Amino acid sequence: MAVPLLTPDWLQIPGFPGADPLAGVLGGALIGLAASFTLLGLGRVAGVSGIAARAFGLSGEGMPRSMAVLFIVGLPVGAAILNLLTGRGAGSFPEWPFLLVAGVVVGFGTRLGSGCTSGHGVCGVSRLSARSIVATVTFIFTGIVTILIMRALGVAG
Amino acid sequence: MRNLVSALFAGALFGAGLALSGMTDPMRVRGFLDLFGDWDPTLVFVMGSALLVTAIAWRIQPAMARPLFGEKFSLPTRKDLDSRLITGAALFGVGWGIAGVCPGPGFAALALVPVAAVIFLGGMLGGMILFRFTFDK
Repeated sequence: MAVPLLTPDWLQIPGFPGADPLAGVLGGALIGLAASFTLLGLGRVAGVSGIAARAFGLSGEGMPRSMAVLFIVGLPVGAAILNLLTGRGAGSFPEWPFLLVAGVVVGFGTRLGSGCTSGHGVCGVSRLSARSIVATVTFIFTGIVTILIMRALGVAG
Repeated sequence: MRNLVSALFAGALFGAGLALSGMTDPMRVRGFLDLFGDWDPTLVFVMGSALLVTAIAWRIQPAMARPLFGEKFSLPTRKDLDSRLITGAALFGVGWGIAGVCPGPGFAALALVPVAAVIFLGGMLGGMILFRFTFDK
């Protein structure tokens, strides 16, 4: 998927020609603004797994269900607008069995662990919540181990 | 009405950030997790930048009596570290590694790579239903 890098050559990190730190910083800032707006505007934590469970009618807590549904609808709407304006955002996804299995594990795990990359990784860590810091270190660690194992088994995904 | 529009706006801003940052490209996410292979540090910048901005909001929040478009703040209060937190996070990481997709980018990708997104989200919905009828308290 050949989306050109946003980062100019002179800003590129030596040794990592494929990285796109400028896109990361700008996109991360938008994610941070969205999380800040959710916190200060709506009085809630922007945790996508919890909001999704609420929107699906699978959680008794969190924001009112109508708000949860609109937040979730907003995600692809925002991605579509960004993609129309900049041509960025598309990616290369693994084969469907990997997506399906990963989806089940992600759905179950995020509910059991009360959060994902957004709720724990962005909102919780920036609040210096001990629970979120432990969760984030844990899921990055098991993510790294999973890739290691898949490589060792020769499964690309 | 105002908080419904705000929720849609918050989601859209979030989705735009995910698409711009590279989080909607599973190759890039798995490149970040491929620490001992062909490591891609891009996500360090995504997280660092998002954390910095959100940390400022957390400094402002205590000074506010109520949110701008709501009645009151409803924020997580738990401080205990329990086995559910750690087991759940560990499982989530495994799923994140297998596909390179987490919930936010999964939904954002509906607009970009819809078939793949629907398969992932279908599985995710299944996992959430499974949790609801087994371990949900």
